[in-house]
Amino acid sequence: MPFCTPALRGAKIGGSQSHFMSIQSIWLVPALPLIGFLINGLFRNSLSKSLTGIIGSGTILFSFVVSLLIFGQVRQPGFQGEVVTLFDFITVGKLSIPFAFQVDQLSMLFLLIITGVGFLIHLYSTSYMHEEEAPHFARYFSYLNLFVFSMLLLVLGANFIILFIGWEGVGLCSYLLIGYWFKNLEYGNAAKKAFIMNRIGDLGFLIAIFLMIQQFGSVGFGEVFAHASSAKVGVLTAITMLLFVGATGKSAQIPLYTWLPDAMAGPTPVSALIHAATMVTAGIYMIARSHVLYDLTPVTQGVVAVIGLLTAVLAATIALKQNDIKKVLAYSTVSQLGYMFLGLGVGAYTGAVFHVMTHAFFKALLFLGAGSVIHAMGGEQDMRRMGGLRKWMPVTNATFLIGCLAIAGIPPFSGFFSKDEILGAAYAKSPIYYGVGLFTAMLTAFYMFRLYATTFAGSFRGTHDQEHHLHESPSAITIPLVVLAILAAVAGFLGIPAALAPDAHVLGKYLAPVIGGEAHGGVEVSKGTELGLMALAAVLALAVSVWAWMRFKSRPDLAEPTGFGKVLAGKWYVDEFYNAVIVKPLDLLAQLLVFIEKNIIDGIVNGVGRLVQYGSRQLRLMQSGQVGGYVLLMVVGILVLFLVELFVKK
Amino acid sequence: MPINYYIFLAVALFCIGVAGVLTRRNAIIIFMCIELMLNAVNLLLVAFSKMHYHALSATAPHAGIDGQLFVFFIMVVAAAEVSVGLAVIVMMYRNTHSIDVNFLNRLKH
Repeated sequence: MPFCTPALRGAKIGGSQSHFMSIQSIWLVPALPLIGFLINGLFRNSLSKSLTGIIGSGTILFSFVVSLLIFGQVRQPGFQGEVVTLFDFITVGKLSIPFAFQVDQLSMLFLLIITGVGFLIHLYSTSYMHEEEAPHFARYFSYLNLFVFSMLLLVLGANFIILFIGWEGVGLCSYLLIGYWFKNLEYGNAAKKAFIMNRIGDLGFLIAIFLMIQQFGSVGFGEVFAHASSAKVGVLTAITMLLFVGATGKSAQIPLYTWLPDAMAGPTPVSALIHAATMVTAGIYMIARSHVLYDLTPVTQGVVAVIGLLTAVLAATIALKQNDIKKVLAYSTVSQLGYMFLGLGVGAYTGAVFHVMTHAFFKALLFLGAGSVIHAMGGEQDMRRMGGLRKWMPVTNATFLIGCLAIAGIPPFSGFFSKDEILGAAYAKSPIYYGVGLFTAMLTAFYMFRLYATTFAGSFRGTHDQEHHLHESPSAITIPLVVLAILAAVAGFLGIPAALAPDAHVLGKYLAPVIGGEAHGGVEVSKGTELGLMALAAVLALAVSVWAWMRFKSRPDLAEPTGFGKVLAGKWYVDEFYNAVIVKPLDLLAQLLVFIEKNIIDGIVNGVGRLVQYGSRQLRLMQSGQVGGYVLLMVVGILVLFLVELFVKK
Repeated sequence: MPINYYIFLAVALFCIGVAGVLTRRNAIIIFMCIELMLNAVNLLLVAFSKMHYHALSATAPHAGIDGQLFVFFIMVVAAAEVSVGLAVIVMMYRNTHSIDVNFLNRLKH
């Protein structure tokens, strides 16, 4: 088992004697953003913008440095995962849930992605959000820090409860940041939609945890996975399916994906950090973390793969006809997440995590690039009014192109390697998976180059004022772009497939103690086939990219869509379908309940009050001040008592 | 003499008192009616005391003497009460130039 016993805690691991930072200090990593959140949140009215920016980004940078130092230990060969227990969190009867952190290769990788990409995005935000007033600027940074804290809790938790706390925390921050400009009603609604859809998934997750407690008497990763094989397959299938329901909410898969495109209401760096690089990959992390359970339940694996594949295709087709630059990227994110679930479903856990990493780089890059464009366009997001921007924005243009090449899967950029690994594993499972996956990859290449060509090539189509305003973004924006572009270009070399160079899959070897390296099950594919598939994918991606570029670079797609294109532009009318089937009936029910509440329940309550008031008003008349009246009443009372005594009691 | 006679007399006096209190408006008459009720009850007390200790009077001549004494106490207290009550009525008359109780309804506010 890759999960160590508590006895190992605190012990120095395999030959690494002198370390600047011990593994016990892992609590610093989430604690720093929490401190940043508290400072920025509590003193937001008195801090200056520059100080807020320094605190916000600095805490994340510190976290990143601490993560790097600990990573130095974790990456040593032979390192087995450690559980760092901070304190007892919940103890009820036999159930004991410690507040513990899981330090191993998988959580370390996510830690680096979150703090590293997170820092770049914080840096970017200091410039992007600079027009906000100081208290709102600080509010933004405090939310962002709280998000990073929750996300770190999510990936560090050593049991499902801590993971769930982080899971809810990121959901909350996502809600707060989507609705950051809360004065806009539509943005507020988008935030609510994201929160509610996430809650639907979270319910599944919560029930899965309850089932685990009932079945295993524990929620610790080590205990649950150790006893998984002794549990009934039916129960395990229920647990894994419910966990997957949680993942569909958080990671925007069918049927709960519609919140993610709407989540683009938030500021662009938020979209980059939360809705592309980190939070939405929480579902992939969770399933990769509990891969022991999924390996035991082939039914769930099949469902995961099919849902992932369907989501990938559906979202990619919608992205073909979107004109809002952020919406295209949002659907692209949904599609890429579908890819990752396909990888998880076919057992390519390393591939899925690899794609999470490369996707974090290139999608954050693309979103930040889009943010840079929106910044230059003065808030304009419709790419039909852009065009020819490469003349004014050389850095954004170059980095965006690298991002497009990476996501389109053109070698040697990073997306090619991670996508290829997933596709290879899909082929080993079933050629149908492979075929649909390849088709999606081509769609991806097409819509990305449609986006790139429409935005950066051709001539400018906006207003004269906008043209006058066009400029390259300041360095706080371009530096993160350049760093991410370098990462997006070269990160693929961490996972060179065995067919190209044996033993060159650095990431696979690194993750092997947690995830177990190669894909499980399925038929092995020969080296020749694998190379052939790889070449096919690369050539097709390249061809489609060039085709899309040639087609859109001088004649952008400006006309209103007709026919089938209209269905795609209307997002397959899924939102309308949900509205008609779920939202409307619920609304009607709510109206009925409002009627009952207003008329019947309120009527009873108010009626009681009114009755008492009326009664007392009548009784008050008896107090006339006439002594004779009082005496009369007294005598009548005495007589009544006499009569009662005489006749009733006997 | 049978006890019934005492009871009838006391009840008759009490009812006259009640009727007087209920029907009259003059404070002094009301006051006298209250005294009437009080004395009706007093009479009843004496009568019952005598009835209870009648059998013992041959052997113990002082049996039941505390009941008779108690009545004297009541009369003393009633006399004190009357003096206070009359003082109240005098003050009332000085303030309102009337001893009609129906005028005195300001306590209801």
